[in-house]
Order: sequence, then C-alpha cells, then structure tokens
Amino acid sequence: MIHFVLLVSRQGKVRLTKWYSPYTQKERSKVIRELSGVILNRGPKLCNFIEWRGYKVVYKRYASLYFCMCIDEADNELEVLEIIHHYVEILDRYFGSVCELDLIFNFHKAYYILDELLIAGELQESSKKTIARIISAQDQLVEAAKEEASSISNIIAQATK
Amino acid sequence: MEQLKTIGRELAMGSQGGFGQSKEFLDLVKSIGEARSKAEEDRIVLSEIEILKRRLLEPDIPKRKMKEYIIRLVYIEMLGHDASFGYIHAVKMTHDDNLLLKRTGYLAVTLFLNEDHDLIILIVNTIQKDLRSDNFLVVCAALNAICRLINEETIPAVLPQVVDLLNHQKEAVRKKAIMALHRFHRKSPSSVSHLISNFRKRLCDNDPGVMGATLCPLFDLISEDVTSYKDLVSSFVSILKQVTERRLPKSYDYHQMPAPFIQIKLLKIMALLGSGDKSASEIMYMVLGDLFRKCDSSTNIGNAILYECIRCISCILPSPKLLEAAAEAISKFLKSDSHNLKYMGIDGLGRLIKISPDIAEQHQLAVIDCLEDPDDTLKRKTFELLYKMTKSSNVEVIVDRMIDYMISINDNHYKTEIASRCVELAEQFAPSNQWFIQTMNKVFEHAGDLVNIKVAHNLMRLIAEGFGEDDDDADSKLRLSAVESYLKIISEPKLPSLFLQVISWVLGEYGTADGKYSASYISGKLCDVADAYSSDETVKGYAVSALMKIYAFEIASGRKVDVLPECQSLIEELLASHSTDLQQRAYELQALLALDARAVESIIPLDASCEDIEVDKDLSFLNGYIQQAIESGAQPYVSERERSGMFETTDYHSQDHHEVPSHALRFEAYELPKPSVPQQASTELVPVPEPSYYSESHQPIPTSLVSERDSSEIKLRLDGVKQKWGRPNYQPTASSSQNTPSITQQAPNGTATHSDGGVGSSSSKPRSSYESKKPEVDPEKQRLAASLFGGSSSSRSDRKSSSGGHKPAKGTSNKPATIPRENPTPVQPPPDLLDFGEPTATSVTTIDPFKELEGLLDSSSSQDGGSADVMGLYSDGAPVTTTTTSVDSLLSELSDSSKGNSRTYQSQTSKGPNSKEALEKDALVRQMGVNPTSQNPTLFKDLLG
Repeated sequence: MIHFVLLVSRQGKVRLTKWYSPYTQKERSKVIRELSGVILNRGPKLCNFIEWRGYKVVYKRYASLYFCMCIDEADNELEVLEIIHHYVEILDRYFGSVCELDLIFNFHKAYYILDELLIAGELQESSKKTIARIISAQDQLVEAAKEEASSISNIIAQATK
Repeated sequence: MEQLKTIGRELAMGSQGGFGQSKEFLDLVKSIGEARSKAEEDRIVLSEIEILKRRLLEPDIPKRKMKEYIIRLVYIEMLGHDASFGYIHAVKMTHDDNLLLKRTGYLAVTLFLNEDHDLIILIVNTIQKDLRSDNFLVVCAALNAICRLINEETIPAVLPQVVDLLNHQKEAVRKKAIMALHRFHRKSPSSVSHLISNFRKRLCDNDPGVMGATLCPLFDLISEDVTSYKDLVSSFVSILKQVTERRLPKSYDYHQMPAPFIQIKLLKIMALLGSGDKSASEIMYMVLGDLFRKCDSSTNIGNAILYECIRCISCILPSPKLLEAAAEAISKFLKSDSHNLKYMGIDGLGRLIKISPDIAEQHQLAVIDCLEDPDDTLKRKTFELLYKMTKSSNVEVIVDRMIDYMISINDNHYKTEIASRCVELAEQFAPSNQWFIQTMNKVFEHAGDLVNIKVAHNLMRLIAEGFGEDDDDADSKLRLSAVESYLKIISEPKLPSLFLQVISWVLGEYGTADGKYSASYISGKLCDVADAYSSDETVKGYAVSALMKIYAFEIASGRKVDVLPECQSLIEELLASHSTDLQQRAYELQALLALDARAVESIIPLDASCEDIEVDKDLSFLNGYIQQAIESGAQPYVSERERSGMFETTDYHSQDHHEVPSHALRFEAYELPKPSVPQQASTELVPVPEPSYYSESHQPIPTSLVSERDSSEIKLRLDGVKQKWGRPNYQPTASSSQNTPSITQQAPNGTATHSDGGVGSSSSKPRSSYESKKPEVDPEKQRLAASLFGGSSSSRSDRKSSSGGHKPAKGTSNKPATIPRENPTPVQPPPDLLDFGEPTATSVTTIDPFKELEGLLDSSSSQDGGSADVMGLYSDGAPVTTTTTSVDSLLSELSDSSKGNSRTYQSQTSKGPNSKEALEKDALVRQMGVNPTSQNPTLFKDLLG
C-alpha cells in the first residue's frame, strides 16, 4: 500500500502532498522535512529507493521535481517507480508537456488526476486512456467558462513561436 | 518577446485553473515561489491565513470566491500550516448542488480531514445523497471521499449503497465501489465479511480496469485466508496468460508491456496461493516460464515483472527449471549498472537463497561490491542478504561487518534493527564463547540504549545458564571471560545504561566466583559505577544488588568481610535515597551484613540465579496464624468484590466483549428491550452443565448475540468452573497458573525483572539449532571472503579446528539435492491448461466473461488502430523513450536557463532531445487539442530564483 505521495522541488519546496494513512499535521511536516533532507542530498546515480522507518520510499526526479511515494516493505519498488512514471505521463498528456509551473498553479488538477490513478493507497486504474477520459468528462463542466480565455492564450502562444 | 510569453503563460494558467481569475491567488503562489527562506515563506503563509480568516467571516461570499478560498486553504495546508479554521466551509461546499463546487469541496475535505475528525458526521448525509445521484461524476466524487473519510462507525451508513453501485453501468463507478469496499475491509473486516462473494463476481467484470481493481481486495483476502480461494488458482493463471498474450485493450499497454500492473498484482496473488501447495504451483509453472521468456529486461517495467516472478517462484513450491530462470534473471540484475536493479537483484538473491543456498556463491563478488557501495540503501539491502545467508562458517566476518557499519551510522531506527540482528546471529552461530561475549560487548557499547531490554536479559541468562551443554567447565570459562572483559570495559566513560546493568549483574554473580579477583576489588569497581552514573537509578540498583551478592558470598564462605569506605558511604547515601527501591536495597544490604554465614547462605545461595523458586500463592503457611486469629474472635476475610456487592459485579470479561460491538454508532432503530440476563444468571447459583446453559438462558436473545456471547464465553472457559458470574472466575486462572510452576529467577539475587515461564528453555533452543545446523564449507568462497575481508583466515582456521567436530558437513549437498527429488516431473503441466478455449470445470464462471471480453477487445483493438494518431503522438520516435523525453525536454530547457545545476544537466542531456524538438512536440500537442501550455524558462527562473 502507498502511504503517501509527495512532490518536492529541488529547493525543498512542497508542491503536492497526499496522505493515504493518517498522519497529524505535525507528523506530516516532520516527514516532509526528514525525507526531503535525505532525498535531495542523494547523488544522481544511486538507488531510487530508501529504507525509512520500516517503510520504503521510492522517488524519482523529473526536471526539478522529485516525486516520492512511501510504500510497505513488501511492495515491489520497481512497480512503484513505474506508477510514478505513469502518473507523470498522464500529467504530461493532460497538461501537454508538463512542467513544474503547471503543478504549482494547478495543483488541484494534479490532485484530481491522482485521485483517478490511486485510491486508498492502491493503484486503481492502469490505463492512461481511461483516466484521460474521466478527467476530460469532469473538465467539460469547466470548458464553457474558459473557452474564451484559452483562445486568447492560444493566439499569444502561436504568436510567440 | 519574453514578456509576451510570460503573459501567455499567465493567461493560460488563469484560464486553466478555472478559479484563477483572481490575481491575489496567483500573487500568493508567486511570492511563495520567490521566497528565499523557509522563514519568509512562513511569513507569507501566515499573513495569507489572516486574510483568509477575515474573508471567510464576511457575509454572503459568492460561491466562486468561496471556491477559490478553499483552494487557497488547501494550498496553505499543503505547505504544512494549519487551516482548520476553514474546514467547515469545505464541508459546506460538499453540500452544494453544482458539481464543480461539490468536487472542490470533496477534494478539500479528503485532504483536510482524517477519518476520525468530528466533522465527518456532517458529510455522511451528503455522501449518502450523492451516492444516489444520476450523474456518475457525482457518484465518483462521493466514492473518492468515502475511501478517505469513512471510518468504522460510519461504514454501515453507506455500505448498502456502495454494494448497489457494484452493478452500476459505468465502469468507473464499479471500480471505485470495489475500492471503497476494499477500504471497508481494511478498516473493519467484519463489516463486509458477508460481501466477499462480490469481489469474486467482479473479477469477471467486462472492464479490465474493474477486474484489475478487484485484484487489490482479493490480494488482501487471500493473504488472510488462502485455503478458501484455492479454487481461483486456475482462473488467475488463465487471466495472467491472457494478459501476457495481449488480449487486453491496447490502452492498458504500458511501455509495450501488456497491462504490467495487473500482471504484477496477479503474480503477487499467485505467490500466496502457490506457497506450499504442490498442485497449485504446478499449474503456475507454465505461465511463469513464459513470463521469463517474454519479459523485456531492457525496460524498467519489464524488470518489475521479472522481479515479481522471482518473488513468486521463491514462494511457490520450487521447480528446478524456474529456479534456473530466476537465477539467470538475478544475475542480469546484479550485473547491471543501475543501482535499482542491483538492489532488486540483492533482494531476489535473499529470497532464493532459502531455496537453493548455493546460488549466492557465483555472485559473491557482486555482493561484496554492493556491500562496499557508497549507496546506503544498497548497503543495507546487502546486509539484509548477509543476515539471511549467515552460517556458523561466516558469522564472524558478517557480524563484524555489521557492527562496523552500525557504529558508522546515525539513523537510530536502523541502528536498532542492525543491533538486534547482530545479537540474533551471535546467539545462533557463535563459534566460541569468547567471541560471543566480545561481540555482545561491542553491540552494547555502541547501541546499548537502542537494543531491546530483553536482549540484555537474554545475555544475562546465557551467561548464567551456559550454552546448554552439561559442561560446567566451559560455562565457568565463559563466565570468567565475561567478567574479565567487563572489568576491562567498566572504567570507560559513558557506557549505556543497559550495558552497565548487565555488567553489574554479571560482576555480582560471578565476579568473585573463581577466586581470581578479590571481593574488595570487584566491590570497588561496582561502587565506582554507582558513583559515576549517580543519576541512573536502575544502574545503581543493579550495582547495590551486586554488592550485596558479593558480600553474601564472602560471608557464606566464612571469610571476613571488610566493607570498603566508599561502599559504606554509598550505602549510607542510599539509605536516605528518594527512590524507595534503592532505599530498600540499601537496607537489605545493611541487614545482610549483620547476619551469620548460615542465614546468609540460605538467603543468597551461590550461583543460584537459574534455580526455580516455588511460590506458595495461597500463602498456606499462614493458615495456622489465620486459624488462631479467627479463634480469638477476628472476622473472617471478605474479598473486596464481595464487599462492594455481588450484584453489580457481573463477569467483567463478558461485559467487555459485549461492549465492543455496541460501542459503534448505530444507524438503525434500537431493538426492543430484552429481559436482563445477568440478573437471572447471578441468582442462579446452581452449577449448570455448559451446553444446556447456553441454550436455556439465552433463548430470548437474537442469534447473533448468542453467538457473540458464545465466543466470548469460550475464551473464558476454565476447567472446573462452577459459577458463571462474579468473583470465582479469576480463581481458576490463578490455580491454573499455579499448576504450571512459574519460573522466576531468584528474587533476592537482584534480577527480579527477569521474565518468567518458558523463556529459559527458548534460550537453549538456538544453541541446539546451532549444533544441528550443518555449516557449509566452500573453499573458493572462503578464499574469496578471506582475501576480501582480510586477516580473518587465520582465526577462521583456528576456529575450524576448535569446533571441527561438526564441520564435515553431511548436509552440504542436502538441500539442493532434495529439491529435484521432490518434483521429479514438474515441468509438464496438464495439457488442458494450455487450452483456454475450453476452461477447466472449476474455472467456468470466471473464464466465460473473458471470452466475452475477447470479443470486445478485438473490436476495440481495431478502434485503436483508427485512433492511433492520438497514440502516435507518443509512438513517433523511439518507441519507449518518447514520453519520457517530453518530460525531459523541460529539463534540458530549464537547466539551460539555470546552468548552476550542471551535474543533472549532463546526466540528462544525453537522453533528452533538443529544445526544437520539444517545441515541435508542443505544437503537435496543441493541435491535438490538449490544453496548451508554452514553455517559459524566464518566468520559471523568476519564480524559483
């Protein structure tokens, strides 16, 4: 089972946290402090896993963001590494070449996507397509409101090419 | 140009956010991004909290605004600050009719609240309503919330609806309903125990996503109770087979592997089902063999599956062919450059080594490389492997290494673990007493405060009892060496308290035993200890007791005792101690010094710490005195329970059991009152035979209650019970414990803390297993280990000659040889397994839907061909890496702009494409209608500095 998901920037700034096991706010801060201290200081070629307080933490770095998941000792680390990658691919597909900024400003979207991928600490859906479909169904409700704005941004984006 | 880009980005942000029209929020995020220190960030967040507190108090906040406030609260909470002042608003938002707001509300509450929060009760009603909604998105949102928020007490409120949703037409809902039930099962297995058949049914769901989700609860269920799921073995195997044959829709492919996450889950389940079950294992051999052949070990996910296969093989009944394949996979892992794979290889090795111990030999060098690796994680994993492969032939090298590592680390959690492992190995495989004592000393010296107190007691017992053989000479040698080593260590500064306790105890018991050291020498040392650690009362207590023993032995042997002046002052000081324990010990010591030899000898006999003490729990020796007192007119004793009234004190135990289920919140009407049972029973003092008792007295109670009471009563059943209620219940327990004489250590000897009962025998067990365990001698390995670890070869040969008796190992080839014998023809499984068109009888129900599925899949795969252009986005270039590169592309651009981080830049540029490609892809993405975002290094730089 995944106990929590943590996204931390290279500077140690928290970008997203999701807790599947109960932790108090105090414990959370402690966990984040402790883990980001360990993970950010690890060299680039070392294992993507650390053993931590009887659990394992699997992390992977994408650009300047570290994605971390804390799992049970008996879990398959490589699988979790791929779950992280799976999540990143979905984010990438959703945001279109995702970058840290997307997650900074749209962290709630990242939460919605995470909720479709993991539930109660387990992987609930492994098909990117299915997740994309349900997220877009949810987004259609927003679509109308933002159509106008996005067309403007499109124009600007084209212009900047 | 750059500026224009920035504006574009911001606009895109604003529009995408859907809430982000507010400049305020963007500014907040930005300013936090720019914050240079944690303190600055905290300041910004605190002022934001103040703003939000004020805003939330305003009347008539428009919903749109409210939504933004809640998102801001989420942000604050994410940064580690307390946003509890706004929780109630998030709860209110879940009540909203607008799905957008409702979804935000649910998101916020799932992030804010733990399942035991008081506000949950306010949400339950909304969740109930939402579960009935026509809109499946609303139902999904509610199910998401259920998985996070529902606790044991509220499960009954939503359970029926969740069960109904298992048959919802939308697969997304079915899937989430399954996961919700899984969650309930974890929280309170009894609440869903009657619904387990639903999981089996959902395994045959048409949608592979639902099937995949069902594997999660099934895994839990099977790990609890393997036997009742044996019938599913062939179904799981056939599902796995079909998955590997790519019968699932293409959309489940991941890096060219068909549904790898489902494969892994299935392998985990198969490992459970196949363990120790020959027929089940034989069904699996075929598909596992296929997996080894098919798995692409060039991708990470392929390796994940391979690793899971290895785990599965190590759990099920071994097949030589598969073991070979697994060993091959492991050696690939170990030879790889990736640390991750090495780690997995070491782990796999640790699993296989139990089955075929010789597998480690060929990887000796790789293992030692990993041990020397600077990566801590890998090192620890390797220590775990070494721990598993420790034998009496290599215990010295391994334990020495472990201790060295233990000394070098700061992580207390791991230090504790590795210390206890050292102790365990030392106890089990110690080649000589000398070595054992020395090893224990090292462990205690460096991790003394971290090891379990039991370890210390075990050590004391070991020294007291010897190594279980009837060799008194060896035992006394052991004690002498212990005493000598302790006398050497004792003057070192700052020893851990636990270690000092052991030292004091051993010195007290055996310090003067063989006459090598004089009583005054030992007692002087003990006084030093008590002085040096004057703040530690436990150590002082041990020291005083040790002094007492030393003087007692002296007196008993008829020598004249002269108490050292420092001892005298210590005793006097302790006589006035604040600690009653120390005070008592001091008074006892003082009293003892005044007694004659005969009395002292019976109080503290020599070396009697292992003798049993008969405890007369009935205090029968007082009977005469009591008789006398009663005759002279004293009142007979009335027990406290009788005094406080028989009727109030019903059976405590049954009450306890009773209250647990009724403690939970109830969502149904209360039952009709029942005739009160305890009353009836307590007046009924006539002994009733048990079976009839239940059927008679509990007739008016509903069956469920009877069974409950039944189970609680069964636990309490004691032989010879006459009365059901009240006082007498504890008496039989006391008498039963009396029947088995409890083994307590001699209390006056000072170690009253010793645990009793059976432990004494357990400590001799490891010894005997040490004897029976046949060490394996492989000269090649020894040479290797000797050359790599250095210097240990001489001591090794020494030890070999000393304990050479059991060296010529009968069992060297024992284990590997038996494995093939056990399965002479395991390779050929029954042919019908191959034939999936005609499923076996047991799996009819589960396989049928898959045949349906196949039809579906065929059509959907052709659809996939049509919509391939969407996928084509990703399968443009090199098949596997394209998606990663689109992420990496970001990096190469970013690190271009901030060259400070040159190391990562180098490591990634080799993989990542140039920025032109990234931009092209970006354009492509935009054309595909995915949300547009433009890369903007400058803004990024601005934000993050």
